[in-house]
Amino acid sequence: MSGHLSARDDMRVWGLHFGLIALLFAAQYVLPDYHNGVIARVMVLALFAMGYNVLFGYTGLLSLGHSMFFAAGLYGAGLPIYHFGVHPLPAFAIGIGCGTALALLVGALALRTTGVAFMIVTLMFAQVAYLMSLWLGEWTRGDEGLTLSRDERIIEIGPMFLDMTNRDTRYVIAWALFSIGLGITLLIARSRFGRVLVAIRENEERARMLGFDTFANKLASVTISGAIAATAGAAYVLLFGYMGSTFASIQYSILPLLWVLLGGAATTLGPFFGTLLMFYLAELSNDALNAWLPDARLNQIGIVGVALILLVLFFPKGLFGSIRERWLKWLP
Amino acid sequence: MAAVTPLLVVDDLHRSFGGLKAVDGVDLTVMPGEVRAIIGPNGAGKSTLVGLICGRIEPTSGSIVFDGRDITSMPAHRRVRQGIAYTFQITSIFPNLTVFDNVALPVQRSQHHAVGAARLRRGVLEALERVGLTDRADQTAGELAYGHQRLLEVAMGLSLKPRLLILDEPTQGLSDGEIEGFIALVREIARDATVMLIEHNMAVVMSLAHRITVLSSGKVLAEGTPEEIRADTHVQAAYLGTPDDD
Ligand SMILES: Nc1ncnc2c1ncn2[C@@H]1O[C@H](COP(=O)(O)OP(=O)(O)O)[C@@H](O)[C@H]1O
Ligand SMILES: [Mg+2]
Repeated sequence: MSGHLSARDDMRVWGLHFGLIALLFAAQYVLPDYHNGVIARVMVLALFAMGYNVLFGYTGLLSLGHSMFFAAGLYGAGLPIYHFGVHPLPAFAIGIGCGTALALLVGALALRTTGVAFMIVTLMFAQVAYLMSLWLGEWTRGDEGLTLSRDERIIEIGPMFLDMTNRDTRYVIAWALFSIGLGITLLIARSRFGRVLVAIRENEERARMLGFDTFANKLASVTISGAIAATAGAAYVLLFGYMGSTFASIQYSILPLLWVLLGGAATTLGPFFGTLLMFYLAELSNDALNAWLPDARLNQIGIVGVALILLVLFFPKGLFGSIRERWLKWLP
Repeated sequence: MAAVTPLLVVDDLHRSFGGLKAVDGVDLTVMPGEVRAIIGPNGAGKSTLVGLICGRIEPTSGSIVFDGRDITSMPAHRRVRQGIAYTFQITSIFPNLTVFDNVALPVQRSQHHAVGAARLRRGVLEALERVGLTDRADQTAGELAYGHQRLLEVAMGLSLKPRLLILDEPTQGLSDGEIEGFIALVREIARDATVMLIEHNMAVVMSLAHRITVLSSGKVLAEGTPEEIRADTHVQAAYLGTPDDD
């Protein structure tokens, strides 16, 4: 984050990020089937979280409406394939385009407000998007959703043949998109633009009086954040073949917030580890509950909630925020 | 003097808050290279006046011309790019960022386009050098002593390479030693920038200002050289004679 990094810190930063990327690539050869699928999914959702982190972590704007950007990518890519037989590759681009345009529009309107009002306005927009996905049930089949067939999830261009129903192909595509997303957030975090975003988060009035157009910078942040979230949504429908209204619901606006908080806001690695941790935490607590209290039918969300409260109490800056504060000052 | 165009011309400027006329018909002309002090009792409208000039506050009526260009309705961030820098009366820094990063922001602003990290670094260290904070570059700004925070803010203003630097009560809360250093710093700044200085400490005003504007209840009560102001009986009645404003 600092422009004052020594060459050695610089090496460490790149080493750490490439290390994680290499590790995740290698993991596909050793992970058992089930966990292979989990990690692929976590990488796509972590992309969503990284997008969220650009706005929430670095710019300090808490959106409660990011599900609409994810869903814009999901439906923007999925519906043209399902209804019009559009090729998955242009459909993927359409999904990203829809989410980006929506983010630009919502940003231009919502950024007239700040703080709690910004949260509420983004929430309202997302609620409208969610209701639209239900109203247009003829096209989306609402909560029940739509699944893409195998034929609709194959990309074949010349010698390239990508079957996204194939476990290994899916993993590699998820990995590639995740890596690009991680690279982009790292570049943003260490760029002049990133420094301006942090300045806006820390003291907007001061940033303005240093000559920065804070509105334009915040709008750029919302748009980039929405574009990354939409990319995750578009990837999700292609890789996992399902789109449903749940992804447009408030739950999918809260989840990226929790993943980022857990992993550490305004850290490049936090979103991935937050998403990963939350997934296994939910699963473990589920298993534990079933084992100890087989008849209780307790909701796993309760345990996740307790774990989160504990984490926020003891690691208020999240996993990587705390690591940075205590040990590795150079973490971006 | 007549051949030189003024850097700043404020014409019949008004600003009310509700019924309160904080700035009430101020005219002001500042020449390039000048150090202009603005004095007056608390609540006279000094901060509001400079807030109008730098664009933080919108005027009710009147006009502001900077370097021959009407900037009355220009947004604040664009005025900064025109060369107007402002330091806040209440210290306003980025407390959670390092001293280095605090100054890197205005340096990257004044360097316009992406230049190498090395030049950015050089620009930052240069600014820190001028205010004597080089050793503290890696410290978190919020942990600095109050006096150093004020200096950091001046460094941020300087880094914008302004043509007009507005300092709102910069010496408030500084020790005598720090004030001495500050006077030397402003003298140096004034070699290549015009300075507007709101200041309560009359020793600082008298040693730095070329001209002084006295504000009272939003109006210009008097304007002149330090000697003229010292001799002005109205000013003495309104301001210099009331020690509780110090
Ligand atoms: N944002 C504001 N809202 C309402 N009143 C204000 C505001 N800012 C300043 N004032 C009032 O305007 C008058 C001038 O204030 P100010 O310009 O801060 O004076 P000075 O800097 O000379 O002490 C004061 O009476 C102050 O209370
Ligand atoms: Mg004041």
